[in-house]
Amino acid sequence: MTAARHDPVTDDSVSARQTSVDRPVSTARVFFALLRRDLVVSRRELPFFLVRTTVQPLLFLVVFGYLLPKMGFTRGNYQSALLPGILGVSLSMSSFQAVTFPMVMDFGRTNEIEDRLLAPVPVEYVALEKIVNGVFQGTIAGLVILPIARLLMGPIDGLTFAHVGTILLVTLLGTAVFSAIGLLLGVLVEAQQIGFMFSLVIAPMLFFGCAYYPWVGLHVVPWMQYLVLINPLVYVSEGMRGALTPSIPHMPLIWSIAAQLLLLAVILTAALNRFKRRAIA
Amino acid sequence: MTTAIHIQGLRKEYADGKVLALNGLDLDVHDGEFFCLIGPNGAGKTTTIGILTTRVLPTGGVATVAGIDVVRDSVGVRRRIGVVPQRPNPDRSLNVVENLVFHAAYFGIRTREARRRAEELLARLEITDKTTAKVDQLSGGQQQRLMIARALIHEPSIIFLDEPTVGLDPSARNALWTILRELHTQGRTIVMTTHYMEEANQLSDRIGFIDRGQLLALDTPDNLKAQTPDGSLETFFISLAGRGLDAGDAGDTGEVAA
Repeated sequence: MTAARHDPVTDDSVSARQTSVDRPVSTARVFFALLRRDLVVSRRELPFFLVRTTVQPLLFLVVFGYLLPKMGFTRGNYQSALLPGILGVSLSMSSFQAVTFPMVMDFGRTNEIEDRLLAPVPVEYVALEKIVNGVFQGTIAGLVILPIARLLMGPIDGLTFAHVGTILLVTLLGTAVFSAIGLLLGVLVEAQQIGFMFSLVIAPMLFFGCAYYPWVGLHVVPWMQYLVLINPLVYVSEGMRGALTPSIPHMPLIWSIAAQLLLLAVILTAALNRFKRRAIA
Repeated sequence: MTTAIHIQGLRKEYADGKVLALNGLDLDVHDGEFFCLIGPNGAGKTTTIGILTTRVLPTGGVATVAGIDVVRDSVGVRRRIGVVPQRPNPDRSLNVVENLVFHAAYFGIRTREARRRAEELLARLEITDKTTAKVDQLSGGQQQRLMIARALIHEPSIIFLDEPTVGLDPSARNALWTILRELHTQGRTIVMTTHYMEEANQLSDRIGFIDRGQLLALDTPDNLKAQTPDGSLETFFISLAGRGLDAGDAGDTGEVAA
């Protein structure tokens, strides 16, 4: 038995259907639909997001920004160097995790990302949307951590919000760089390798990212001062110092901005290429 | 009769040419046709569907869907197709109706209209009671229906189904056949891969036998059955391929060694 035959041309409902399908959809509209999906999912996971983004920086703040100064183990303007670094770590790691975890899961065993890869836009836009979502989540994390840090640490020498444009620029650049790193690692690693990735890549990046000490202070170990320059977090931490505590010694702002622009271009290009190769066999 | 899908000399090599999945496949599917591509595991079925749905890049040859080249204008092709994958892959961060509403949004359909279509599809596919359920709470058959609803929400004219009944119990399989027949009577072009002869015999207008990346035969089920004294599609396939549908080379990936 075969299915009933018909004449599709005379079927009005089908004609109407095909007309609706043939109507072009703007790339921007599809892009915002993809973004809206991620924002809905993020909003639903807000408690987990807050725990994920605030616990580690808060622990560092309590120990290094509150306990050690109170015990008298820190000198001078250590807190002024620490606050921008903690902020840099928070927004970088939030952006990174916002992209890399969903990417690993979506490309995992069930290939959940397929419904988005079937959207009528070039597949790179699916990846770019993840970057925008990462920037958004990283910025939110920074906005959550900043007042908490200020409360815990008390008045901070040299802290200023006068350079809003610069603060915004380094925030957007830092979150974008780490979203791109999240995308690259998210398409490269499998779910079972996430722990390995954190131990081998993220942990050294955090400890040698000049977040808990200023880059200029590394002049006491010159080879290390040069070696850490391969670490993207250095430029985020130093960029935040240049924007938030400009009177405290820091890497020239133009260096950190230029380095982040360069890193963003290189890493994003590599990440998009890898994403495309993973999405289309 | 217009052509919905045109494939000419289609080739696909994996692993730098070490694995040849498609070896010069030629095939045309007519508009409004229910077409079944049948072959054992590793015959090249999934690769063919992958290329036609723009998820796999061909190494050579030409493939067009609704007259649009799958490589040159993959976005244009995606706008016109619905895809039901081999294994259900719903968005597990969203509930059942959200899976449909967001998928519609990716095709530019406004939320109110998307919700109306979603509710209509869930009712037609008899999973209305699962509207706000998490997808993990759905059975295998229900997840497959959700995949069909997702493939239809943007009302494409061509639907691809890659072995949609694998893993389903007989009852769920029969229910799916009923749904597919209904879609066909609505005038949609349906391209389905399967390695169940009976399924192809029951549903399709025409069947394409495929093995080792090449088309072996292409005709209506009745004409194919008439090729052997016992009137069996299976017998005719074995006479062409030298092996049955249970034989397979490389799992279910549609790959064969070159």
